[in-house]
Amino acid sequence: MLPPDEPTAAIACTVNGQAIRTQVPLRRSLVDWLRHDVGLTGSHVGCEHGVCGACHVRVDGLVVRGCLMLAVQADGAAIETIEGAADALTLALQQAFFEKAALQCGFCTPGMILQAAELLAANPAPSRAEVREALSGNYCRCTGYQPIVDAVMAVGAALHAK
Amino acid sequence: MKPARFDYARPATLAEALALLAQPDAAVLAGGQSLMPMMNLRVARPALLVDINRLPLGEITLAGGTLRIGALARHAEVLASPLVALAAPLLPQALAQVAHAAIRNRGTLGGSLSLADPAAELPACMLALDATLVVASAARGERRIPAGAFFLGLYSTALASDELLLAAELPAAAPGWRFAFLEVARRHGDFAMAGVALALGPNAARLALCGVEAGQRRQPAAEAALAAGDPAAAIAALASTDAMDSPELSAAHRRHLAQVLLRRALAHLEAADAAA
Amino acid sequence: MTHIGQPLPRAATARLVAGRGSYLDDVSARGEVHAAFLRSPYPHAGFRITGTEAARALPGVVAVLTEADLAAVCQPWQTKTGSAPGMVSPPQRALAKDEACYQGEPIAMVLALSRAVAEDAAELVEVEWQELPAITNLAAALEADAPPAHQGLTSNLAWSTELKGGDIEAAFAAAALVVEDRLTFTRSTGVTLEPRGVLAQYNPASQALEVRISHQMPHQLQRHLADLLGVPLGRVRVICPDVGGGFGLKMHVYPDEIATCAAARLLGRPVRFVADRAEALLSDIHAREHIVEARMAVDAEGRILGFDVQDVQGLGAYSIFPRSSTTEGVSALRSLGAPYRFSAYRGRLRSVLQNKVPTGQYRSVGHPVGIAVAERLVDLAAAARGEDPLEFRRRNLVAQAEMPWVNPLGARMAELSHQQCLAKLEALLDLPTLRTEIAAMRAAGRCIGLGFASIVEFTATGPEGYGRAGVLVAAVDTVVLSLEPSGEVTARASISEIGQGTTQGLAQVVSDALGVAPDQVLMGSGDTATTPHGGGAWASRGAAIGGEAAWGAGRKLRAEVLAAAAALLQCAPETLDVRDGRITDASGPRMTLAELAETVTFRGYELPAGVQPQLTVAHHYRREQDTALTTNGFQASLVEIDAETGIITPLRHWAVGDCGRLLNPLLVEGQVRGGVVQGIGEALFEACRYDETGQFLSGTLADYLLPMAGEMPDITVAHVETPYSGSVLGAKGAGEAGTAGAPAAILNAVNDALAPHGASVSELPVTPGVVLRALGRLA
Ligand SMILES: Cc1cc2nc3c(=O)[nH]c(=O)nc-3n(C[C@H](O)[C@H](O)[C@H](O)COP(=O)(O)OP(=O)(O)OC[C@H]3O[C@@H](n4cnc5c(N)ncnc54)[C@H](O)[C@@H]3O)c2cc1C
Ligand code: FES
Ligand code: FES
Repeated sequence: MLPPDEPTAAIACTVNGQAIRTQVPLRRSLVDWLRHDVGLTGSHVGCEHGVCGACHVRVDGLVVRGCLMLAVQADGAAIETIEGAADALTLALQQAFFEKAALQCGFCTPGMILQAAELLAANPAPSRAEVREALSGNYCRCTGYQPIVDAVMAVGAALHAK
Repeated sequence: MKPARFDYARPATLAEALALLAQPDAAVLAGGQSLMPMMNLRVARPALLVDINRLPLGEITLAGGTLRIGALARHAEVLASPLVALAAPLLPQALAQVAHAAIRNRGTLGGSLSLADPAAELPACMLALDATLVVASAARGERRIPAGAFFLGLYSTALASDELLLAAELPAAAPGWRFAFLEVARRHGDFAMAGVALALGPNAARLALCGVEAGQRRQPAAEAALAAGDPAAAIAALASTDAMDSPELSAAHRRHLAQVLLRRALAHLEAADAAA
Repeated sequence: MTHIGQPLPRAATARLVAGRGSYLDDVSARGEVHAAFLRSPYPHAGFRITGTEAARALPGVVAVLTEADLAAVCQPWQTKTGSAPGMVSPPQRALAKDEACYQGEPIAMVLALSRAVAEDAAELVEVEWQELPAITNLAAALEADAPPAHQGLTSNLAWSTELKGGDIEAAFAAAALVVEDRLTFTRSTGVTLEPRGVLAQYNPASQALEVRISHQMPHQLQRHLADLLGVPLGRVRVICPDVGGGFGLKMHVYPDEIATCAAARLLGRPVRFVADRAEALLSDIHAREHIVEARMAVDAEGRILGFDVQDVQGLGAYSIFPRSSTTEGVSALRSLGAPYRFSAYRGRLRSVLQNKVPTGQYRSVGHPVGIAVAERLVDLAAAARGEDPLEFRRRNLVAQAEMPWVNPLGARMAELSHQQCLAKLEALLDLPTLRTEIAAMRAAGRCIGLGFASIVEFTATGPEGYGRAGVLVAAVDTVVLSLEPSGEVTARASISEIGQGTTQGLAQVVSDALGVAPDQVLMGSGDTATTPHGGGAWASRGAAIGGEAAWGAGRKLRAEVLAAAAALLQCAPETLDVRDGRITDASGPRMTLAELAETVTFRGYELPAGVQPQLTVAHHYRREQDTALTTNGFQASLVEIDAETGIITPLRHWAVGDCGRLLNPLLVEGQVRGGVVQGIGEALFEACRYDETGQFLSGTLADYLLPMAGEMPDITVAHVETPYSGSVLGAKGAGEAGTAGAPAAILNAVNDALAPHGASVSELPVTPGVVLRALGRLA
C-alpha cells in the first residue's frame, strides 16, 4: 500500500512477455517494483548501490542493475527476469549451475546467470579469465566463484561442441 | 536505502529538456549508474529528475577528422565501436577497465564526464585526447568547451546547473601518435587508485592522470619533458602533483603510483613499437 | 546403492537457479507496515528525543516508537556466560535509552506504509545530541586516560583471562631460539549477500507471535523472543525461509530485529524490517579485531617448546548476546599452534569494550586469528633455522601414534591425520617442480611467494560448550521422519539450511539408513512449528550431529517398516530388507514402501491384531565425548606481488582437509572453496575502517571490499578421510576450515615473496599500502 500523496506515473511495458499497464511510484526502483508490485521475486536486492549484481534484469535485451533504474523508466521497455528468461542459454546455465553446485544460498544466482548468458551470447568460447572478468560485477559470498566459472565454461564448451 | 521524493520528467526533445533543466534543483538522469546510488543513499536529493534517455544523443560519428560521441552513448557502445577503435584507440583501452558489463550497458560518456569523479577514467582520456565538449542551455544556447577548461576540480565542471552536455568531439588520432591507458585498481572494475592516459606523438605529448589530483588536468611539466624526449624528467615531474590525501590512499602513495604507471605506459608503447 | 559419499547435486537448488526461492523479503503479509530506524550518527553520545510529531504527521506514517514505547512489551537483555565469569557488558535494549554507544545503534523506529516514507519520517525525528568522548581504537582503549565506552564504566576492560599449562618460564629459558611478532587484525564482517530481515506478526486474540526471519537458528531465537517479549515459548513461531547466507552473522540477537517483533506486538499488525546494505554494514556483527603479541620457544633440534601469547580483542559496545563475543578470543588462543606438539603455553586475553558495533561469532570463530599467528611464528622459526618451512612443520606435528593428544591448554585432539594431509598436499603441489618454477619466476624479476598453513579446527561443539556456561544454545539435534502413504519420506530436522547444503547431506543419510532413493526424502527445516527444538546451523554441526540424528531416525523407521511388512507378509523381519523403496526378501521385491504405507494408513484391518506400526519416528542425538570434534588440514597459497604497486594476486590455492567421513564431496568442496575465498578476502581486502573521531568509513560495498571473481584463484581441494570413531557415520565439521587457514597461508605466502626484498608484513588485510610501506617504497 502506498501513502496517499506518493507521486506516481503511468507506465506500459512488457514483463516476461506479458503486457502491463499500471501506475508506479516515481521513486520505486525497477527491481523493487518487479519484486513487490509485479510479484517476481527472482531478482534480488543485495546493495541498492550498484555494486553486487544480485538485482540483474534484462531491459530490451541488455542486462542492467535493477536497483539503478527506476520503474518509471521501464515505460515502453521489454523487461525479462530470471523467471521468464527462457532462452536456451539461460536454461543451459540453470542446469549447469544446478549440476556443478555453482550456488549455495542462491541469492546471487539469478543475477549471475543472466550476466553469464550475456557473456556466452557474445563470446561462446570464453577463457576462464574472460568468464571471471565478465562476472566481476557479481558478488557471490558463498561459493568462492570457482564452481560458477566451471558451470559457465561447461555451457560454453557444450555450445562449441554443437 | 530509498531515495527522497523527487519529480520526474522525460522530455522528448532537446528544447524541452533544456527548459526543464532551468528549473531549480533539477538534475539530469543519464545512465543513472552514479546518480541513482547517490540518490538511494540520499547523498543526492534533486527536486526534479530530467531523464534524457529518450533524447537522440547517443550517436557516434566520424567525419572530417573529428570523432563525435554523443553524451548518451553507453560505455558498452563506445567500447565496441569500430569508429572509436579507429579514431580514439585510447578509449577502448580505458573503458575495458571502467566498472562491469551491466554498468557499462547503462552508464554514459556524458554522465561520467559531467560527474567528474577524480578517479574516473574518461575525463583523463578526454584531456589526453584534446577533446572539445559541446554543451547547451536554454538561456545561452550551445557552447564548446575544451576539455582543459571543462574539468574544474573535485566533482566540478564548467557545466552550469541549467546546462546539458551534448557530445564530446575528438580529433581523430593522427599518424605517428600512440596511446596508452594504464591504471591500478584494487579489484577488476573498481575506480582507479591511480591511472594515466597518455597520448604520445612526434615531439609532442598529452598526459592526464585519474585518481591522483582532485581535479583532473593535463600535466604540462611532464608533457614538456616527454616532448623533449626525456622520460625520466617526465616521471620525476609527477612527483610534484597536487595529489589527494585519504586514510587508505595517501598523497605520496598516489604520486608513487602515477610515476610507476607513466614509466610502464612508456615501456608499453616502446614494446609495441618494437613489435611493430 | 549407497548415497552417503556421493557428489549428488542439491535438490533444493533447482528452485533457486530458476529464481523461485523464497527468501525473507519475497513474501509479504497483508496489512504489513515497513520499519526504518533512526540510528546514532555518533560513536558515543547522550541523546534526548525531543519531537516525533513532524515524523508522525507525514502521510503514510503509522507510528514512531522510542525506547519508552517498547519498554512496555520488551525487556532489556544482558550477556552473561559462565565461560567468561565476571565479564562486564552493560544491559542492551531494542532501542537505546539516553545513551548511544556505537554508530548505528538504533534509537527510534518509524513504521510506515512504505520503506521510503519510513526513511523520510526517520529524518524528521528531532533529537538533541550531546556528543561524548568515544573510544574506537583498540590499542588505545586500555590506556588509563581512555574515555569509557559507556558512561560510568571505570575501565574498558570487559574481561580478561589467562589460559595456561606447562612451565612457560622453563620452556623459554631452555629455548635455543625464540621468535616473536606482533600481528594486527582489522575488523571484518560477514556480508551475507541477503541482508538481515524480519517480518513479524502478532495475533492479539491468540496471543501468538509469528516471526519470519533470515536467521540460522530458529529455536534459539524463539526462546529469546519468548523471554524478552513475555510470550509463552509455545506461542512464538519462528520461520526461517531460504536464507541468503549466514556465516554466523545471522545467529545473534539484534536490537532492530527484536524491536520489529516488539512493534508487531504493540501494533497488532505485521511489521517488516529489511536491513539495507548501509545499515547492515553498520549494524551486523563485526569480527576479528585483535592485536596479538606472540612468542614461540624452539629448542636446538627445532622442536617447539611453547607459546607465550597476549591477545587484545575488540568487543565493541557490548559482548554479543547470547553467546558472548569473548568466545572469539578464547577460540583464537585455543586454535593457536593446535597442530603441534609443545609442552608449555601461556595465553593472556583481554577483551575490550569500544564504541563500535559488537563483534560476534563469524565463520570459523577465532581460528583464522590463532592460526595466522602460529603459522607466522612457525615460518619465522624455520627461516631463522635456515630450514624448509614444511620440514619444520613435519617435525612438530603431533603424530598419529601420540593421539589422543591433550595439549597444555587441555584441548583434546584425536584421530587427526596431519602427516597424511601434508603428504597429500606435497603430492598435489608437486613441490620440486613448483619450487623450480618459482625460482625461474623470481629470476625473471617476479615477486612470488609460497605460503603454508597447518590447521586444526574445533567443530561440532557438543553440550559441554555453551551448556556448562549456562548459555541457552541447543547442542542436541533431532530428525523426525514420517513415511507418507505415497512412499515418500518427509523429514523434519532441527538443523537448518543456510545454503551449506546440510539438508541434502541429511537426505542422503536417511536414504541409506532406510533404503529409499534420496529424491524420495523431502527435507523440512527452519520452522519451530514443524521441526523439533535444536541447534540450527552453527559450528559446522550439520553433518556431525544432524547426520547422526538422521541416521538414527532412518534406522528406526526402517525397523518399523520391516516389522510391519513382516506382519503383513507373515515372515520374520530379519528375512526382509528395504532397497530403493521396496521391501525385499531373498526372492526379490515383495511390496513397495507406498503399498506398505497405504495399507497401514488406509487399510489397517489387514494388519494382525496388536501390530501398531510407527510410521513417524524421531531420533535425538547429542555428542557425548569431547567438547568439540577436531578436524585438521593444510593449505598452501601461491601469490604474486607487484612490488611497485603493492597489488597482491593470489595465483593458486590448495586445501587438503580431513573432516572425517564425507557425506557429499560436492558439498564439502563447496564449503572449502567458499571458505577459502572468504579467508582470502579477510587477508587481502576486507576491513571495517574508522577515522580518528570514530566515524565508520566502510559503510558501503564500494568501501568495504569483498573478493570478486576476477581476483580469486582456482582452488585445488583434496581430502583425507579419517572417520570419527565416536559416531556411526564418522562425519566431522567441514564448513569452516577453508576460512580458518586461508589468511595464514596468504600471509605466509606474502612474506615468502617479500623475504628476498628484506621486507615483511604482520597486518591483515595486507593492502597495497601495507606492502609498499614494508618495501620502503612509501613512508
Ligand atoms: C559498481 C560501480 C562501479 C563503477 N566503476 C567505475 C569505474 O571504474 N570508472 C568510472 O569511470 N566509472 C565507474 N562507475 C560509474 C559509471 O561509469 C557511471 O556510469 C558514470 O560515472 C556516470 O554515467 P551515467 O550515465 O550513469 O550518469 P548518471 O548517473 O545518470 O549521472 C551522473 C551525473 O552526471 C549528470 N549528468 C549525466 N549526464 C549528463 C549530461 N549529459 N549533461 C549534464 N549532466 C549530466 C547527472 O545529473 C549526475 O549528476 C561505476 C559505477 C558503479 C555503480
Ligand atoms: S542490488 Fe543492485 S547491484 Fe546490488
Ligand atoms: S550462492 Fe550465496 S551469494 Fe552466491
